[in-house]
Amino acid sequence: MAGVVSNLGGTSAKRVQGATTEVPWIRYSLIIISLVFLALFLIMPLIIVFVEAFRKGAGVYFAAITEPAAAHAIKLTLIAAGIAVPLNVIFGLAASWAIAKFQFRGKQLAITLIDVPFAVSPVIAGLIYMLLFGAQGLFGPYLMDHDIRIMFAVPGIVLATVFITFPFIARELIPLMQEQGKEQEEAAITLGASGWKMFFRVTLPSIKWGLLYGIILCNARAMGEFGAVSVVSGKIRGQTTTMPLHIEILYNEYHQAAAFAVASLLALLALVTLVLKSGLEWQAAREHELAVRSAQT
Amino acid sequence: MSVPTTSEPLAASPVRKKQPWVQKSVLPGFGLSLGFATLYASLLVFIPLALLVLKSFELPLDQLWDVVSSRRAVASYRLTFGTSFLAAIINLIFGLIVAWVLVRYTFPGKRIVDAVVDLPFALPTAVAGIALTTIYAPNGWVGQWFALLDIKIAYTWIGVTIALTFIGLPFVVRTVQPVLADLELEVEEASASLGASRWQTFKYIIFPALLPSLLTGFALSFARAIGEYGSVVFISGNMPYKTEITPLLIMTKLEQFDYAGAAALGSVMLLFSFILLLLINLLQHWSHKRTGG
Repeated sequence: MAGVVSNLGGTSAKRVQGATTEVPWIRYSLIIISLVFLALFLIMPLIIVFVEAFRKGAGVYFAAITEPAAAHAIKLTLIAAGIAVPLNVIFGLAASWAIAKFQFRGKQLAITLIDVPFAVSPVIAGLIYMLLFGAQGLFGPYLMDHDIRIMFAVPGIVLATVFITFPFIARELIPLMQEQGKEQEEAAITLGASGWKMFFRVTLPSIKWGLLYGIILCNARAMGEFGAVSVVSGKIRGQTTTMPLHIEILYNEYHQAAAFAVASLLALLALVTLVLKSGLEWQAAREHELAVRSAQT
Repeated sequence: MSVPTTSEPLAASPVRKKQPWVQKSVLPGFGLSLGFATLYASLLVFIPLALLVLKSFELPLDQLWDVVSSRRAVASYRLTFGTSFLAAIINLIFGLIVAWVLVRYTFPGKRIVDAVVDLPFALPTAVAGIALTTIYAPNGWVGQWFALLDIKIAYTWIGVTIALTFIGLPFVVRTVQPVLADLELEVEEASASLGASRWQTFKYIIFPALLPSLLTGFALSFARAIGEYGSVVFISGNMPYKTEITPLLIMTKLEQFDYAGAAALGSVMLLFSFILLLLINLLQHWSHKRTGG
């Protein structure tokens, strides 16, 4: 009975009231302005990627994405993201555990500092590693003597990618874990669970969607990073070019169709990312709604 | 009877002063997690950034000043900050409209539109860069119409502004959207029943409530635009003094092995980034206080 009444209340509150909305012509113009703006700025770039990619036919398209340099670029992109994302997952879990579950001085500062890589230009992210490990850098002579290559090689690309994607997971998890509180973990510990058992049985299941959400965003950025990687890669074709750098080289050599063919793979990745992201958001909203409803009854 | 009441504050004040750095908890792993996170962040992010600033001071002060105030550098700051500001203004206006439409109205395909807003976060900047350049080049889908009017978009500051608008678009929408959704309709009803027109209600009730989040979104969009490289480098044409953004000038200096010069310009940008980060934090603080969140 209580459920029926609250449901009815919900629908009547949702009904649009004349006093709190706009006259129809304003409403429709605002909707049209938004749709035109988004179509011009967002949809058109997405469409042109696929149009240009197939302009010279499917043969050119598949040749462009399967040639050895492209295949190597895809592999390198997967390697860079494959190392950067797990590292930042570990960092994100550690940072959010300490920040969300404990009270300590300087906590607010720590939250702000995590955002620093978002505020820094990607070019600067590349530059700082250049100053450390480049030929004229701080460790340059040492690395040269021991024949270790970091700049213009895979380790530099991985480092730059880690820097750029550093905040993603932690930013997603900190507010989530703060909201969840620590009663459940405290109960697990007082009942005798070990630290790791508590983490895998209590903490991880309750943050799994948020963590996945962070991983998806982190991965999209890692695979698409251009500025930072561009500084440290040296752009040796087929050796140190990731997909975005490979696109740049093709584009600058006027291989328009080939550049857009490789770009279409990254555009697909972006679309998959958006679909997964929306799916997770709806999932979270539904779980939240279920939790609220079960709390009411 | 009066003894405990007088001794209580006396006993409480020294205890409060000696509050430990971290509050005791039954939960494990504080030392390990904070220690690891601090070490990781210091090694990868903060020590390298500090070295950048140190490196720029390898130059004597007058030379350092020459580098950061050279005509080419100043022209690049003007372009970078000017176009970033303009793009953030465009995003402020259209971001508010898009957020408004997504929160207040229903129309077919709304969920898809909502998801598409995040495209600039998901689409790699280099892909956006070549796509926008192709659209706005003199023979492109949009560029050809402007070419008829003798207006060039790609390879000018207008093209740079368009790329930066693309990059910063989600920030205003995503910061305003939740605040707008949380506004209570009752206040607007009260305003309307007291005789205010819809425009007056917007101007005096809704807009002031949205202002902190609008400014936060503006600052985030501006900060992102200043550092942007990938989407701009294709559409700008990269002409020194004319369409060369500061990150590109840093890149040029690096390619000429002028590490100290690159570090000096990098430090200038870093300084602005930190000022903006501070500003954004203050704005968010204000926003939370306003909404009571």
